[in-house]
Amino acid sequence: MDMYREIILDHAQNMRNKGLLHPNDFDHEEHNPLCGDKLHLTLQIDEHGIIRAVGWDGQGCAISQASASMLGEKLIGMPLADAKQLDKQLILDMIGIPLTINRVKCALLSLKTLVVGSVGLETWELIEDNEDE
Amino acid sequence: MSSTFDFPYEIDTIRADFPILHQDHHAGVPLVFLDNAASSQKPTAVIEAMNTYYRTIHANVHRGIHKLSEAATAAYEDARKKVQKFIHAKSRREIIFTRGTTEGINLVAQTWGRANLQPGDVVISTVMEHHSNIVPWQILAAEKGFTLKYLPVLPDGTLDLEQYTRWLRDENVKLVTVMHASNVLGTVNPVAKMAQMAHDAGALILVDGAQSVPHLPVDVQSLDCDFLVFSGHKMAAPTGIGVLYGKRDLLEAMPPWLGGGDMISRVTLEGSTWNELPYKFEAGTPAIAEVIGLGAAVDYLSALSMEKIHAHEQAITRYALERLAEVPNVTVYGQSSERGAVAAFTVKNIHAHDVAQLLDAEGVAVRAGHHCAMPLHDFLAIPATARASFYLYNTPQEVDIFIAALYKAQKTFAL
Repeated sequence: MDMYREIILDHAQNMRNKGLLHPNDFDHEEHNPLCGDKLHLTLQIDEHGIIRAVGWDGQGCAISQASASMLGEKLIGMPLADAKQLDKQLILDMIGIPLTINRVKCALLSLKTLVVGSVGLETWELIEDNEDE
Repeated sequence: MSSTFDFPYEIDTIRADFPILHQDHHAGVPLVFLDNAASSQKPTAVIEAMNTYYRTIHANVHRGIHKLSEAATAAYEDARKKVQKFIHAKSRREIIFTRGTTEGINLVAQTWGRANLQPGDVVISTVMEHHSNIVPWQILAAEKGFTLKYLPVLPDGTLDLEQYTRWLRDENVKLVTVMHASNVLGTVNPVAKMAQMAHDAGALILVDGAQSVPHLPVDVQSLDCDFLVFSGHKMAAPTGIGVLYGKRDLLEAMPPWLGGGDMISRVTLEGSTWNELPYKFEAGTPAIAEVIGLGAAVDYLSALSMEKIHAHEQAITRYALERLAEVPNVTVYGQSSERGAVAAFTVKNIHAHDVAQLLDAEGVAVRAGHHCAMPLHDFLAIPATARASFYLYNTPQEVDIFIAALYKAQKTFAL
């Protein structure tokens, strides 16, 4: 079916950058209370604030794991300052298929981990609520 | 007299939306429903919204991947956004679904109150409050040792704001908890002003909107209340559903109340962390159909416009008060210039229960008793009142039937 289009299955079956980094400059874990998915994200950031390496670990559905894999690829080489400003639309576009309300939470878990860990929960809630209001 | 009445909307069309109104109360005697302050009737749109949910999309919310759960979740969360807009809250996360006003007040008492109130603190309630805004604070005061004070009511049925000023100045007031509109006296309390005064004194304010949200436009941001609680069933929505609005920073800081499913972020055998707002306060499978019904009721009221509903109710109440003033031996309670759509009254030498029984024989449904406001009745030094209360669908013709029935009741008692 559409939800499992090739790129999602590719990322879900061959996850990029899986495995936590030690040492690291960013280390945060979030979960999705609706289904129990977990996402643990670590980053190495150089002296110019550029993300040089991404390592993550997690448990969850193909959508949540593929989104972490795809987001990780995007983050390498990006200034952390820019990463903090990423919008959820980036993830939704990468996933590229219409998601229902509960599955959006799966897709956004990786971005939530990045934003909550680097900026805070309130900012994340604003991003998450954005389309609704 | 009632023929000159000016309706802000097409009243017959509106009445056609409420199936229950179109039946005989007794054989050949039409129903005149004047017990709206206790619970209002429901339009077809609300009944059908719940039926459609059960017939087509019922499943548990916030969990499932399947289409039904997705549809139920979307409908449930859509209703939350409707309520948010209806009371002008900043965020949908400030809208907590409860079973009703009573549960909302108990939630605030058991979470914010339990965490913040201690001996030496003062909570100001008022003499006119419904039991639901007295008893939860009495229970907590007995446990935590704070002082509960009740603002007196003046002879015209308004609150004693001079006493309020003195208490805010002289006492260590942490919380003011007050009804927006009285279910007995009709008084609409100046809650925006009371909120400002409370805040200037460093206190929070909880507004019981059970008798205001169904009847007039309520804007939590302009009132600047810290908490607002109300019930669905008094505003054309089903029973068993209500709303607690709270300012986000307060809700964030409050501990949860009921523990269980949906309110957690993570659970281990050693301990748990809490879900984000509003789910932190919505443990267990919620009243999904009722929430959807509440959303449909909000749509219905908004389509009519709360301004027009308020204008209509003001006109009906004014007319009822004029007519009641003509009837000998009748005393109406509450003379506030700002008043809601209720008229509590006594008839000399006829107990309120007998008044209600005789009115019922004429098809007129009113409430009789203390209306869950025993301290107010003690204060008024009367055991009980009868109460006619109006809603968006009542007509001056119904008021005429009510008044005629009152005359007849007095005849029966040979007064």
